[in-house]
Amino acid sequence: MKMTSYLQGRQLTVALTGEIDHHVAKTLINGVADKIDTFLPKHCVLDFSDVAFMDSSGIAVVINAKRHMELLDGSLSLQNVSGQPKKVLDAAGIGRMVEMV
Amino acid sequence: MQETNVMKLEFDSLSVNESFARGAVACFAAQLDPTLDELGDIKTAVSEAVTNCIVHAYPDSIGKILIKAKLDKGAIEISVRDWGRGMEDVEAAMRPMYTTGGSDRAGMGFTIMESFMTSLSVKSAPDKGTTVTMKRRISKRASRR
Repeated sequence: MKMTSYLQGRQLTVALTGEIDHHVAKTLINGVADKIDTFLPKHCVLDFSDVAFMDSSGIAVVINAKRHMELLDGSLSLQNVSGQPKKVLDAAGIGRMVEMV
Repeated sequence: MQETNVMKLEFDSLSVNESFARGAVACFAAQLDPTLDELGDIKTAVSEAVTNCIVHAYPDSIGKILIKAKLDKGAIEISVRDWGRGMEDVEAAMRPMYTTGGSDRAGMGFTIMESFMTSLSVKSAPDKGTTVTMKRRISKRASRR
């Protein structure tokens, strides 16, 4: 799982790619946490444009990133979520917890 | 043409096999000419069931996972079986957000299997293992026949 990120002011965008499952979840959770700790953003955006598939492991990635941002008094949102990943996030009611744009 | 078709797949409980398992079942299910959405649902449910075996059935060891799939009358029935730790309380395990896993687990596996498949049943006994059986009907497409 590759992960690219960029910073615009105090906003950090992390683009996730490929398939998110339990096999890659831990690396991904730690990877996002490292990026947040490095840049200490006010707002973090997880971009799902290039996520081809995710199971409930992806929900854990989102929840962990949200908790991490809350520790820094910051916020998290998701962007470009569609297709199969959107269906999984909707089934878990993630839209009630995290903004999806 | 024969109406039914069955396959069996046995593999080690290594997390690298999660993508292999959902991919293999999806390839088999493709014979029913599912939509991409239907295929996505099946892949998701298989991924959840196999992950449960790896995380919960065999937490400290590598064991065997057996998937059986059957195509019959426009539906696929999939069973995912392990011979691992099993569960005392299946009902608790199926509750949303319930997990005995760490913070990298969301506790949403069964909820997702239930909402993505037409039916789901779980049989489990402590130290005997667990079998998850799920069925998904594939809609008939107007363009077929």
